[in-house]
Amino acid sequence: MSDVSYRELAVQGLWKNNPGLVQILGMCPMMAISNTVVNSLGLAMATILTMVVSNGLASAIRHWVRPEVRLPVFVMVVASVVTVIELWMNAYLNTLYHVLGIFLPLIVTNCIVIARVEGFAARNPVLPSLYDGLMMGLGFGLVLVALGVIRELLGFGTLLANAQQLFGPMAANWTIHVLPEQAHFLLAILPPGAFMALAILIAIKQAIEQRRAARLAQPVALELPKAATAS
Amino acid sequence: MKFSPQTAPLPEASNSVRRVMLTVLLAMLPGTAVAIALLGWGVLINILLAVSAGLVAEAAMLSLRARPMRPAIGDGSVIVLAWILALCLPNLGPWWLPVFGTVFAVVVAKQLYGGLGFNLFNPAMVGYVVLLISFPEPMTRWGPAIDSSGSALNFMQSVAWSFSGVLPSGVGYDGLSTATPLDHVREQITTGASIHHATQSLFSGGSLAQSWNLWLSLAFLAGGALLLWRGVIRWHIPVAMITGVLVMSGFLWLLDSVHHASPLFHLITGATVFGAFFVATDPVTASTTPRGRLIFGFGIGVLTVLIRSFGSYPDGVAFAVLLMNLCVPLIDYYSQPKVFGHKKSEPIK
Repeated sequence: MSDVSYRELAVQGLWKNNPGLVQILGMCPMMAISNTVVNSLGLAMATILTMVVSNGLASAIRHWVRPEVRLPVFVMVVASVVTVIELWMNAYLNTLYHVLGIFLPLIVTNCIVIARVEGFAARNPVLPSLYDGLMMGLGFGLVLVALGVIRELLGFGTLLANAQQLFGPMAANWTIHVLPEQAHFLLAILPPGAFMALAILIAIKQAIEQRRAARLAQPVALELPKAATAS
Repeated sequence: MKFSPQTAPLPEASNSVRRVMLTVLLAMLPGTAVAIALLGWGVLINILLAVSAGLVAEAAMLSLRARPMRPAIGDGSVIVLAWILALCLPNLGPWWLPVFGTVFAVVVAKQLYGGLGFNLFNPAMVGYVVLLISFPEPMTRWGPAIDSSGSALNFMQSVAWSFSGVLPSGVGYDGLSTATPLDHVREQITTGASIHHATQSLFSGGSLAQSWNLWLSLAFLAGGALLLWRGVIRWHIPVAMITGVLVMSGFLWLLDSVHHASPLFHLITGATVFGAFFVATDPVTASTTPRGRLIFGFGIGVLTVLIRSFGSYPDGVAFAVLLMNLCVPLIDYYSQPKVFGHKKSEPIK
């Protein structure tokens, strides 16, 4: 298919069909990991990488995979990619690897990955598939990081705490302290905080859409038929 | 003479929401007065802060939702909600504790669900639990009105303490605050002392303040009696909840009386009586069938004792109420009374 518009792919992934805010996919890692910005960033990057690589691979082999066995094959592809990323993070980002824990290998089961592989990459050429994986991954990652910002800010009163886990020793003093100790709203870093913060983000998105729709809708002039009353 | 014919049924003027809420406020007055006498002006400050924050939050949400202001504000349900929440809060806490809790309760637990009558969870208890989980340290600032050195804070000093954390010279925060009985017993038990030792050291002082829970419980019992007499609540939930507390604590106590407090202790400490008459009986979030109310109340009682004995917080009434709120649709579904003339009750789909 050559009629795929890259612009449309970006709009779909980042806004219209955002995996976190519209499709509500991948909730388990989204809720569990988004309690700090650095954790969110780590998981977001791993997810984006997984989506790009597995979309590309699935698209490249799509002509040789029979439809009857496509799901197991695609899951194998995704699982191999995730394993590579997991081993790499274990080697080079060891502390973050331990913080993310089980949610790193669980990217395999993240519905959004297999949804894009099955729904897009299996029917499209390699280049658009790579781009689609990147955009969908970015859409997921942005929501994850937004949740991380809200929850870390309210719950710990900081931003970018433990940045050295992701960016190396030079990032050790990147932490920004915003709120004093006694104003920490602990609920934000507990599971209910994740649900409420995500609900608020979804509500904000809906409000923006509604506002835009109201602005775009042209006022329709109503004209009453005059002829009938003339007699 | 004008004769206006009426057909049966001829109903009496029933309780309006406003009248019910006013009766509840009236019934809380004795308990509130005793709380102020025993715990000081902080209680009153909490109530004033919570009620004003609640009214502002309700008005703001109603205007955002484009709902009529007068009926929702005028029925007094916000005042009751804020008052109940304020009575749960520590009397030496900072000013933002009642404000934050009430705003959260009104905005999230009440208005976002659709306002009075639509909320799934008891808003006051949601506000309390959010505060308890989010701000554990300020939520422990309890203390009697008269401190260990015999001095007491007057109203203005209490206001100053609540808003700026300034105490008059010669009064220390450590002298002012004490552990609540449930806190004290919990701490003693976890450090290995027996329950006998823990409760003895608690009540040996003999002062009024140290057994404040008994007086508070009696005052709230009087208020509850008023509610029962005025027909605002039915007997099922309070009786079932207190039975639940007594049965569960009695069971644990008989099993191991060294490490579990007596049923009487569980009855008079914490929020048992207050919760039984004022919190669990919330007409919106409680079960509505007679049998369902018994199950609902009993469940709260049992869960309260279980949370107190094995959970990580000293009191469990709020958590128990919220957990049983979750079960209410199920309880109501399976406890519908038999309709007269029908053989077997069929749940209404």
